Amino acid sequence: MTYASSAKGGETPFPTNRRLRFSVANSALRAAASTIGYGLPAMLAFALLWEMAPRLGWINALFFPPLSRVLASLGDMIASGLIVQHLGISLQRAAIGFLLAVAVAIPLGLLMGRYTLFERMSDFLVQTLRNTSQFALLPVFILVLGIGEASKIAITFYAAVFFLLVNTIVGVKSTDPLLLKAARSMGTSDWDLFRKVILPSAIPSIVAGARLGVKSSLFSVIAAEMLAAQSGIGFLIQNSSLMLQTDRMYAGILTLTIAGLLLNYALVAFERRATRWQPHGDETD
Amino acid sequence: MDRITVRDVCKTFRLRPGQSVTLDGRKSDRVEVLAGVDLSIRRGEFITLVGPSGSGKSVLLDVIAGLTDATSGSAEIDGRSVTRPHADTAYVFQQYALFPWRTAIENVEYQLEVRGVGKAERRERALHFLNLFGLRGFEDRYPSQLSGGMQQRVAIARSLSSDPQVLLMDEPFAALDAQTRDILQIELLRIWETIRTTVVFVTHSIDEAIFLADRVVVMTARPARVKEIVEIDLPRPRDIECRNGAAFNDYRGHVWNALRDEVRKAQADWSLASAFGH
Repeated sequence: MTYASSAKGGETPFPTNRRLRFSVANSALRAAASTIGYGLPAMLAFALLWEMAPRLGWINALFFPPLSRVLASLGDMIASGLIVQHLGISLQRAAIGFLLAVAVAIPLGLLMGRYTLFERMSDFLVQTLRNTSQFALLPVFILVLGIGEASKIAITFYAAVFFLLVNTIVGVKSTDPLLLKAARSMGTSDWDLFRKVILPSAIPSIVAGARLGVKSSLFSVIAAEMLAAQSGIGFLIQNSSLMLQTDRMYAGILTLTIAGLLLNYALVAFERRATRWQPHGDETD
Repeated sequence: MDRITVRDVCKTFRLRPGQSVTLDGRKSDRVEVLAGVDLSIRRGEFITLVGPSGSGKSVLLDVIAGLTDATSGSAEIDGRSVTRPHADTAYVFQQYALFPWRTAIENVEYQLEVRGVGKAERRERALHFLNLFGLRGFEDRYPSQLSGGMQQRVAIARSLSSDPQVLLMDEPFAALDAQTRDILQIELLRIWETIRTTVVFVTHSIDEAIFLADRVVVMTARPARVKEIVEIDLPRPRDIECRNGAAFNDYRGHVWNALRDEVRKAQADWSLASAFGH
């Protein structure tokens, strides 16, 4: 049948998968490079302003030391291991709370998304808790759990858990009914339906929730450390401020900013990996 | 020997609370979709179902597949009443229904995977069926990286991977462009000639229905019954040229005559069809 073979040969050839994946990674790099390229002038202007304003006496150098002094101070603190120590503690607290949130929110979200009755019974409570600020609850955590590690982990847990929970529910509910029907027609058991259809189709939404949750955890641990802690970046910032060591204070803030940026890039990369089967547009956040 | 027997199948849907439709001047929250469908399908037969939009052809397939229960009556496969999805039945959908997070070969393997077939064997079988559809070299593509025609080839390969006795196809080529559709019809027939499974194929296209079928079943407008069954006595294997022959033309006229009044009735029913979502 010449008709069939000629027309089949006429379908567009695709690049091989490896090349396709490579080009995705490549385009992400290029996007990052162009972000930096275009953004560099504004960034340099900001740095210059920061350097010159205190030197020229536009603002008080005591409260706002020039950038070079902040960077020098940051360098000293890195060299002495101070930054690594405090950052490590903050990241560890955030990570523990976040991982606890993952362990609780994903199974709960799968159930709430799948079983309407379960969702109806828990939705009111979840909405109420979700709209209670984790910062407002910090005194409660401290009263109940003390000023040790437990209260910090509690706030990071609380800060992340609802992002994960809501996105898991949304992910489960947005499972394509046709895929469920197809899976059932192939004799998929209930357990396999969860594992092989509902969970993978909810992954993009869950990962997006995780990204928000990680950020929220990190921010919350800083706030908790400012109020009641003897260690962590939040403590370092707050303590330096009280001692009027403003160059150290800015060094702490800068550390946090850089850590946040790097974490976000890592999470975006993870998100792309976890959802590489999706046709990707360029997303930034 | 009959493979599938459909006995007086009726199906009435209840709308969701608050929804209603006006049927024959009366408000109702029920829609009768199938009103006593009788049909016997022989082993190894290729049946096509044609009927106006919203006439419940897909619902009939769902009943045979065991995905929905008939309100009354029954569908039987090999003499046993179907109550849930049957291991020997496979279903192919218009929108492919591939898992987007699985590559082509992983999609074909899925069906074997949930049935507990070992890894090496299912890979081998999946490769065999992908090759059958000319998809060698595309195993590791995700569905989003494949054209519509290729996605449907993967979906059909998946459905055949478990050697089904019954293959149900719900307008499988309706979303494809005309050329791809012709090619896939020929490929499907070529493969069917070798495996001779029993096929029930729903379509809107009269040409497609005649070209593929041993018998074309014409359904009435909603609520559906079997209006007429047309035996297609064209020699097999068939090629695309047979559509230009006089015999094919006669069948075309015949089926269209049977269908015309029903389509007219169905169009009066449009508002209902859109409210109902079929």
